[in-house]
Amino acid sequence: MAEVLVYVDHVDGTVRKPTLELLTLARRLGEPVAVHLGPGAEAAAPVLGEHGAVRVLAADAPEFADYLVAPKVDALQAAVAAVEPAAVLVPSSAEGKEIAARLALRIESGLITDAVDVTAGDEGPVVTLSVFAAAYTTTSRVTTGTPVITVKPNSVAPEAAQAAGTVEELAVSFGPLATGTKVVSRTPRESTGRPELTEAAIVVSGGRGVNGAENFAVIEALADSLGAAVGASRAAVDAGWYPHSHQIGQTGKTVSPQLYVAAGISGAIQHRAGMQTSKTIVAVNKDAEAPIFELVDFGVVGDLFDVVPALTDEVTARRG
Amino acid sequence: MSLKIVVCVKYVPDATGDRGFTDALNTDREAVDGLLSELDEYAVEQALRIAEEADDAEVTVLTAGPEDATDALRKALSMGADKAVHIEDDDLVGSDVLGTSLALTKAIQHVGFDLVVCGMASTDGAMGVLPALLAERLEVPQVTLLSELSVADGQVTGRRDGDAATERLTAALPAVVSVTDQSGEARYPSFKGIMAAKKKPVETLDLEDLDIEADEVGQAGARTVVDSATPRPARTAGEVVTDEGDGAKRLAAFLAERKFL
Ligand SMILES: Cc1cc2nc3c(=O)[nH]c(=O)nc-3n(C[C@H](O)[C@H](O)[C@H](O)COP(=O)(O)OP(=O)(O)OC[C@H]3O[C@@H](n4cnc5c(N)ncnc54)[C@H](O)[C@@H]3O)c2cc1C
Ligand SMILES: Nc1ncnc2c1ncn2[C@@H]1O[C@H](COP(=O)(O)O)[C@@H](O)[C@H]1O
Repeated sequence: MAEVLVYVDHVDGTVRKPTLELLTLARRLGEPVAVHLGPGAEAAAPVLGEHGAVRVLAADAPEFADYLVAPKVDALQAAVAAVEPAAVLVPSSAEGKEIAARLALRIESGLITDAVDVTAGDEGPVVTLSVFAAAYTTTSRVTTGTPVITVKPNSVAPEAAQAAGTVEELAVSFGPLATGTKVVSRTPRESTGRPELTEAAIVVSGGRGVNGAENFAVIEALADSLGAAVGASRAAVDAGWYPHSHQIGQTGKTVSPQLYVAAGISGAIQHRAGMQTSKTIVAVNKDAEAPIFELVDFGVVGDLFDVVPALTDEVTARRG
Repeated sequence: MSLKIVVCVKYVPDATGDRGFTDALNTDREAVDGLLSELDEYAVEQALRIAEEADDAEVTVLTAGPEDATDALRKALSMGADKAVHIEDDDLVGSDVLGTSLALTKAIQHVGFDLVVCGMASTDGAMGVLPALLAERLEVPQVTLLSELSVADGQVTGRRDGDAATERLTAALPAVVSVTDQSGEARYPSFKGIMAAKKKPVETLDLEDLDIEADEVGQAGARTVVDSATPRPARTAGEVVTDEGDGAKRLAAFLAERKFL
């Protein structure tokens, strides 16, 4: 059976959920082979195996952390040469997309980024995309070379499927471009204790209507009652009320949770681009004409400072 | 020694318009008015700031696109860029990002460069990979997705706010950088700038000038094909209620009905 490479996104061997989703998609196309770069392959292997990885190709070298992107392209290229896969799947993070693009160029293959679904087709993987701020759904295919596809988080529910997950050493030699861009320092994002925005089942977002950094406590309280992640519109981020890493939209994160709650957000096209594919959308806005109400499954025209805290109380009471 | 900066800018359909596809399933560039991608204004801005800091610098704006894409170049020139290059050729229609990156690479080599500045992503294709591809093809460092950058002593340094961490990066010139919308507000063209832009040179290049074969780019060279494009079904209109003191209760009831509570 054909093998499919899956690039593993991890923090020191702790595998992030989107990678498990990729393994699930990869099993539709062939046998998943995971590529694990940096430390922690032994720790990651059981989880990868549990989700269908027949093998885990592992390489560890200081270059992966010390230089941007290019060393990982060298490694993935070595994996492609070793495995001759039917396709390469990479998580659609900023870095994942850059790695995938450079790989595609080197192996003379076509590239598709930001897939929301991948299925097997007669002429190779059929890739579903959501484009123009989710106004259109397209299907496309790679027609030349080994398809290189990046996949967005939450595209599929990860399914367990036990496989060997045998760790094998991947030999990598770094090319002249590998050490071009030095990472002088790296400050990991501080954990908020809340779910990861792109992986969360529920996201509660605040916009300009929140009217101040200190008022974001109202949004956070609702999020905590629901076990949700906190998002923000660009207006709220630009005003300095919430960190940019929480921005939802075209130039922020794309989320596709089960439930999206928008409070004090008008629903501009660039914001929609990041949340329109959420399964259920609710909004609180004091302007009945706000475009966000065109998207909602349930909307409340009202002041968020009345509705959101009362909702938090309701949720807390009902959830016990 | 003069610092040569090339800024890649894209002419895109207005995101607030009704964007769609042609019969050949390419982005329809006629149905909706085009403009300089807002995200590329940040690239022009940073290039101009770097040029102002340098003793002697020249900023060239470069686009690959249809005839109307000159509008995007004029806007960048009116912001303060010195000259423009427009790659225009019927055989470029339908290029994928790999094809576009080839055309831009050849043009950048034609102009000569110490620094290439890109936006973080185009507002239509939104792949955000072209800068990485330029770095790969030009065989220079990629220093991408910067929310802050500076150029001094032949080095570019910057801050990249990644998914999991904030990184400080450095690389020697020549290099390719891309900047985010956090890098600093773009200036508005002044009246003087708009007048001056009319006289600035715009060089037009076709595939032959760039020594590119027609089948390397465009629809012929594309390594991907779009099989279908379907408008997303309109969301069925939901219920919108006005809060009369019971808004939260009703919202909670809805969430309970959908099994969130
Ligand atoms: C290239 C580009 C990229 C962009 N990228 C993004 C992006 O990634 N993400 C993003 O969000 N935006 C993005 N934008 C900006 C976008 O166009 C909007 O400006 C932004 O989304 C507006 O944020 P907002 O809805 O919070 O603010 P506003 O549009 O000002 O809306 C605030 C809303 O709050 C309501 N309100 C006020 N007070 C209350 C109250 N007490 N109770 C209830 N409701 C209240 C108001 O009625 C209003 O509808 C981008 C723009 C451009 C040009
Ligand atoms: N046709 C084009 N002409 C010039 N520059 C482009 C073109 N397409 C993309 N770019 C540049 O590459 C960046 C990223 O584009 P993309 O990878 O398409 O999202 C943009 O912000 C531009 O700086």
